[in-house]
Amino acid sequence: MSEAVSALEGATFEGFCTLRDAGPVGMVTIRGDLGAKGFAKAVKDATGCGLPHPRGIVTAGGRRLAWMSPDELLLICEHGEAPALAAGLAEALKGQHALALDVSDARAMLRLEGAGCREVIAKLSPANLAPGAFGPGEMRRTRLAQVAGAFYMPDETSFEIFVFRSVARYAFDLIANAARPGSEVGLFAPAP
Amino acid sequence: MLILECPCCGVMADETELAPGGEAHLTRVGPEGSDADFESYLFDRKNPKGVHFERWRHAAGCGKWFHAARSTVTLEVFGTYPAQVTEPPKALLATIAKKVPGWEGWQ
Repeated sequence: MSEAVSALEGATFEGFCTLRDAGPVGMVTIRGDLGAKGFAKAVKDATGCGLPHPRGIVTAGGRRLAWMSPDELLLICEHGEAPALAAGLAEALKGQHALALDVSDARAMLRLEGAGCREVIAKLSPANLAPGAFGPGEMRRTRLAQVAGAFYMPDETSFEIFVFRSVARYAFDLIANAARPGSEVGLFAPAP
Repeated sequence: MLILECPCCGVMADETELAPGGEAHLTRVGPEGSDADFESYLFDRKNPKGVHFERWRHAAGCGKWFHAARSTVTLEVFGTYPAQVTEPPKALLATIAKKVPGWEGWQ
């Protein structure tokens, strides 16, 4: 078995925020009728996570389950457990018009940490990132400059950002540039 | 900047997150139709000055199609509604009729 490596192999950047490649992360896409009878229970039994609200993300036992669209969820887990979870979900959802697939290697996850992290992402995305409009517990699929991306805030001072693996380098350079020292805007919080 | 509320995920989506899908509520004419009807279905568009019903896709977001009603003159957005309908909701039509005196209706 070949050894899994993340797209940027642990690249880091130190600006007014710290950006790093989050390493291999397990991701399982679940599609189906989220309101169907037995769907929520099947997902809960297989993953330990309850269904998130629209645009929400729930955390349980080291895994996260995010609402991606009215018929799609994304499970974020350890890289090694993704194939087994996908298989378990497929088994649990048997009989339903649903699908669970391990997509860990299709995407890259970047982690951005620092007090000014909202600002960095706000430079690149049309999403409203003002405190109160967006915060922990919410998953936002949007655009980062020229590529599609999604992000959520594990806490007030960090973001975890998902992009397609093929554009990981572009996204990394883009965010690193937006986090360059001296480029603080101070829109959401006074510049340090 | 055009901002539409996606009825599928509730996000106030900026124009750059969306992909335009042209005029809404077209009736498809297939092989059974006459050549003139087919040509009209393919090419004839209302292109109104004023209220326009459009299809949009939340391309960089939830990926779903939806409908929007807006004014091509003022860029005012009257509302958005789900894609799974063949005509605009009555409440929205009433709102537009109130806001735009002399409007001829969506058909």
